[in-house]
Amino acid sequence: MTTITLPKCTIDALVQICAKHHNQPGELINILHEAQGTLGYLPREVQEVIARQLRIPVSRVYGVVTFYSFFTMTPKGRHPISVCMGTACYVRGAETVLDEFKRRLSIGVGGVTPDGQFSLDSLRCVGACGLAPVVLVGEKVYGRVTLPDVEKIITEHSRPASDPS
Amino acid sequence: MEQTISLQIDRRQVEVPRGTSLLDAARGAGIHIPSLCYMNLRDMCISNLPASCRICVVEIEGRRNLAPACSTRCEQGMKVTTTSARVMNAQKTVLELILSDHPTDCLVCPKSGNCDLQEMAARLKIREIPFRGEQSSHVRETTPSILRDMNKCIYCRRCETMCNKVQTVGALAAVNRGFSATIAPAFERPLADSECTYCGQCVAVCPVGALTENDHTNRLLEDLANPNKTVIVQTAPAVRAALGEEFALPPGASVTGKMVAALRALGFNKVFDTDFAADLTIMEEGSELLDRLSRFLAGDKTVALPILTSCCPAWVNFFEHYFPDMLDIPSSARSPQQMFGAIAKTWWARQIGVERKDLVVVSIMPCLAKKYECARDEFAVDGDPDVNYSLSTRELAGLIKRANIDFNTLPDEDFDHPMGESTGAGVIFGASGGVMEAALRTAYELYTGKKLEDVNFESVRGLQGIKKATVALNDFQLKIGIAHGLGNARALLEEIREGKSEYHAIEIMACPGGCIGGGGQPLHHGNSERLKARAKALYSEDQGKTRRKSHDNPYIAQLYEEFLGKPLGEKAHHLLHTSYFDKGKDIREQ
Repeated sequence: MTTITLPKCTIDALVQICAKHHNQPGELINILHEAQGTLGYLPREVQEVIARQLRIPVSRVYGVVTFYSFFTMTPKGRHPISVCMGTACYVRGAETVLDEFKRRLSIGVGGVTPDGQFSLDSLRCVGACGLAPVVLVGEKVYGRVTLPDVEKIITEHSRPASDPS
Repeated sequence: MEQTISLQIDRRQVEVPRGTSLLDAARGAGIHIPSLCYMNLRDMCISNLPASCRICVVEIEGRRNLAPACSTRCEQGMKVTTTSARVMNAQKTVLELILSDHPTDCLVCPKSGNCDLQEMAARLKIREIPFRGEQSSHVRETTPSILRDMNKCIYCRRCETMCNKVQTVGALAAVNRGFSATIAPAFERPLADSECTYCGQCVAVCPVGALTENDHTNRLLEDLANPNKTVIVQTAPAVRAALGEEFALPPGASVTGKMVAALRALGFNKVFDTDFAADLTIMEEGSELLDRLSRFLAGDKTVALPILTSCCPAWVNFFEHYFPDMLDIPSSARSPQQMFGAIAKTWWARQIGVERKDLVVVSIMPCLAKKYECARDEFAVDGDPDVNYSLSTRELAGLIKRANIDFNTLPDEDFDHPMGESTGAGVIFGASGGVMEAALRTAYELYTGKKLEDVNFESVRGLQGIKKATVALNDFQLKIGIAHGLGNARALLEEIREGKSEYHAIEIMACPGGCIGGGGQPLHHGNSERLKARAKALYSEDQGKTRRKSHDNPYIAQLYEEFLGKPLGEKAHHLLHTSYFDKGKDIREQ
C-alpha cells in the first residue's frame, strides 16, 4: 500500500474545489487552475487527491499538468518574475533582460532563489507589445525594461535585510 | 434503414453507410491506404483514432489540403485519390519527419521484422533521413514483464487507449511536450512502481519497438545447454491455438502435436501441459466454490460471494491495486502456471529423484503478466521460484525459427506423462468463459451427484464483453458472470462493492478475448477474426477429447491419492493456494 499524507486543510481545500466543479473530469483544467491559485503549485500529493476526487487516473492529471506551461509542480518564489519572450519583446532585447535576471539572481529559467523570494520564468506575449520588452512581477507589469532596470526591479521587491521572516 | 452514400475512390464507385471513414471505405473496396496510428477492433468496441501520424493522407477533389483518411468521413459524391504523386510525396515527407526523431538501430531492435514503422519505411523506399535535429532521450526501463524504450515511440497512442479506455488501468498517459513528450506513468515513475498490471495489451498493439516483452530466450538456452539441469516445460492452452500463425498457418490452426515435437526437439527433458494444472485448478477452485456456496445456503451471511476466479495474473494485480478492500473475494487458488510449478518441484521431482536446485521449470504462456507472476516472492522456496521463468508464444516461435526447426513438417507428438495429461476442461481455459465452463462441469457433478449429459455451456462462450448465465444445480439457481478486458471486470467489481452484484461466481480474464488475445500472443494487427479463430480451435480440441471434465483426469486423481490428500486439504492449501496484497493508495490527513 502507498500512503500519501497531506495537511487536513489542504485536502479539505482540494475536495471543495473539486466539489465546486461537481467532481467532473471535464473540469480538470479549471480545477488545476484553482488549486494552483490556492496552493501556489501542484505537487504530486495534490494531483493524487484531485485524481481520487474526480475518479480518474493520476497519470492523466499529471499529463495535463506537464502539458501546459502555466502549471507548475515546484513552488514559485514570493515574487514570480516572468520575462516576455514573444516576438516583439524578443526583438527589443528580452533575451538580454532575461540573462541579466539569471545573472543577478543566480538562477535559471524555472528556478527559485534559495530564500524563496524570487522565481524566474519566460512566457510568450502578454499582449502589451507596445511596451516591449515586458517583465511581469506577480501581476505588476514593467514596460520598456532596460538592463539597469533589472537591478531596480529586484531591489524594489527585496525585503529589507533586517526582516527576520 | 441505414443510409448509404456513394463516392469515388481511385475512380472506383464505392457505396458505404453514412459515417464511414475514408480509410474504412477504401479498405472495404480493397484499396489499402497505409496507416500507423489507426486501430479498430470493432467486435470488441476498441478503437484508437487520434489521426496523429498523418501517413494515411489522401487527395480529395475540390479541397486545397490533403486529408487524413482515418478521420475524414465519406461524403456523397466525393472524389478521392489515394495514388497520386502528391499523396506519395506527402507520405514520404511525413514518414521522414517521424523518422527524424527515431533511433535507427533496427539491426538490434527486438521488434525488427515485426515493426509497422520499419515495414512502412521499406514500403515508401526511405533511403535517407533528411531531417536530423534534436533527439528524444528517455531512459529505458526493464520490468519483469515489459521493456520500455520510449525513444522509439511514434506517439500513436494505441498503448494509452488500451491502458485507459479498454483496461481502465490508467498507468500510461501522454505527458510533457516537445522532445520530452512521452507516454509514461504519472510523475514519470518507473512502470514497476505504477498501477501497471503487466497485462501486456500495450505491447500487443505497439506498432514499433517502444514496448516489448522481457525476453528470456537466451536464459533458456543457457539452461538447456547445462548438463546438470533437468529442464521441463509447460505450455498454456492458448499457445497451441496461435503459435501456427507465426509459421504462416491460418489463424485457428491447432498445432498442439507440432508444438510438443518442437519443444522436444529444442531439448527439454520433459514436455508437460499447463492444462494438467488447469484441471487441478478446477479441483481446488471448484471445491472452494462449492464450499462457499454450501455455507451460504446454510445461512452463513459472512461468506464472501461472488467468488472470483484467480487464474489471471494481470487480473490479480488489478484487484490488488484497485480493489484492496475486497481481497477476500477472489478464490485463493493459485493460477495453473503456479500450481504446475509447485507440484513439479515437489511431487514430480521426488518421483524422478531430481533435487529442486537442479530442476528448471519453464512455462510457455500467451501472457506477459505470467513473467511477473513467476517472480512473485510468495511463489518461491528459499529464493528458488516454483516456475523459473516464462516465455511468450512469440518468444517460442522465435526460438523454433532460430533452431532451424521446420515447424510445419513436424510430426504430431504427445505430451509426457503424468503432467501432460489433461481433459477438455483444461484446454478451454484459454478462451474467455472457459474457466467458468470447466468449473461448471465439475461443480455440477460434485454438487448434484448426477452425471452432466451435455458438457457444453454455449452461453458463456464468445467475445461479448460481459456474459451472464444461470445454471440449475438441483433446485438452486447458480448465477454466473464472465468478463474479459479489465474495463469490463471493473464494472462487475464496482457492482460488488456497491452490494448490487447478482452473481455467485465470476470469471475474469484481463485480456480482450481471454488468454487467446494475451499480450504474449502473435500480434493480431487489429484483426479480431484471429481471436475468434483461436477460440474455435480450443473448443474443437475440447470436443475431440474423450475426457472433458477435470475430475475425470486419472493423473489428477493419482496426484491427490499419492500426495495431496483431498482438495482444500492441508497440503493442497500449502502448495496450491495463495494470498493477496494491498497495493492500493491511501490518502491520509496529517
